[in-house]
Amino acid sequence: MQSVIEFIQQPWSWWFSGAIISSIMFILLFFGKSFGFSANLRTICTVAGAGKKVPFFNFNWKTQIWNLVFLVGAIIGGFIANQFLSNGEAVQISQSTISDLSALGFAAPTSVQPEELFSWEAAFSVKGFLILALGGLMVGFGARYAGGCTSGHAISGISDLQIPSIIAVVGFFIGGLIMTFGILPLIF
Amino acid sequence: MKFIKFLVVGIVFGIVMAKSEALSWYRIQEMFRFQSFHMYGIIGTAVTLGVIGVALIKKFKLRDFEGNPIQFHPKEKSVARYLIGGSIFGLGWALSGACPGPMVVNIGYGYLTMAVVFLFATLGTFLYGVIKDKLPH
Repeated sequence: MQSVIEFIQQPWSWWFSGAIISSIMFILLFFGKSFGFSANLRTICTVAGAGKKVPFFNFNWKTQIWNLVFLVGAIIGGFIANQFLSNGEAVQISQSTISDLSALGFAAPTSVQPEELFSWEAAFSVKGFLILALGGLMVGFGARYAGGCTSGHAISGISDLQIPSIIAVVGFFIGGLIMTFGILPLIF
Repeated sequence: MKFIKFLVVGIVFGIVMAKSEALSWYRIQEMFRFQSFHMYGIIGTAVTLGVIGVALIKKFKLRDFEGNPIQFHPKEKSVARYLIGGSIFGLGWALSGACPGPMVVNIGYGYLTMAVVFLFATLGTFLYGVIKDKLPH
């Protein structure tokens, strides 16, 4: 039993994690739903009343309750993982990433997320707040513009060999590479 | 009660995002710098199994648990919206280190400042809804 707990508390391998993610997609299909997380952002706008003014949000959000419940589950899952399934180790990223990031002023990882971005101190600085806000804004805008995020396009769409999803993922990388190599060096 | 199964699947999703470290900004940076196989292994495994499974569902015309045929909805044909929208998404993904799912997993994990990212992601979606008719699709 002790070894099972130790196994779970380690970071999970890529193949095991990938297999679980694909199982999640198939379980949702067998529940008659499709895996697409960013649809929740639209639903939240609708629940907040955006449908009265903007036609895009005027839809029957009750058909999406299942997905909001999934979202609540994801929050609980994060909590469980941290409280009961974690050994508190830093993320084991490659040495070359550590040195690249240190050139931008990031210390080597001591936990899951960089303090430089996600501590309260960082979030309440003008620059730190703008980073979090603009990052989120682009993710939410881009996901809906592209008709899906990582779950809807990269996982569900490509599993169905959809050309639009392949184009969207190419876009994800165009944007990601511009940010990583073009913009991050300018702001850090 | 009929929603409880989605809560359970969501919990599994949250746990796997955390335990695979896919929720970490560091891992996303490592991915965009092509310095580790880890994230590619996760997505590659999910997609490989996904392609096989979806093909089997179609071949054997499998049904969901209510007996309805499992349907796949082809996305509308276009290049502009996927390429431009996808690129904007990618800019945000590499900056905040989180796509929408991992954002909320981070909040549960205890990174409460990720709520700022999530709030603005919702605002970004609202902004899209407001100006969508003016954008190339």
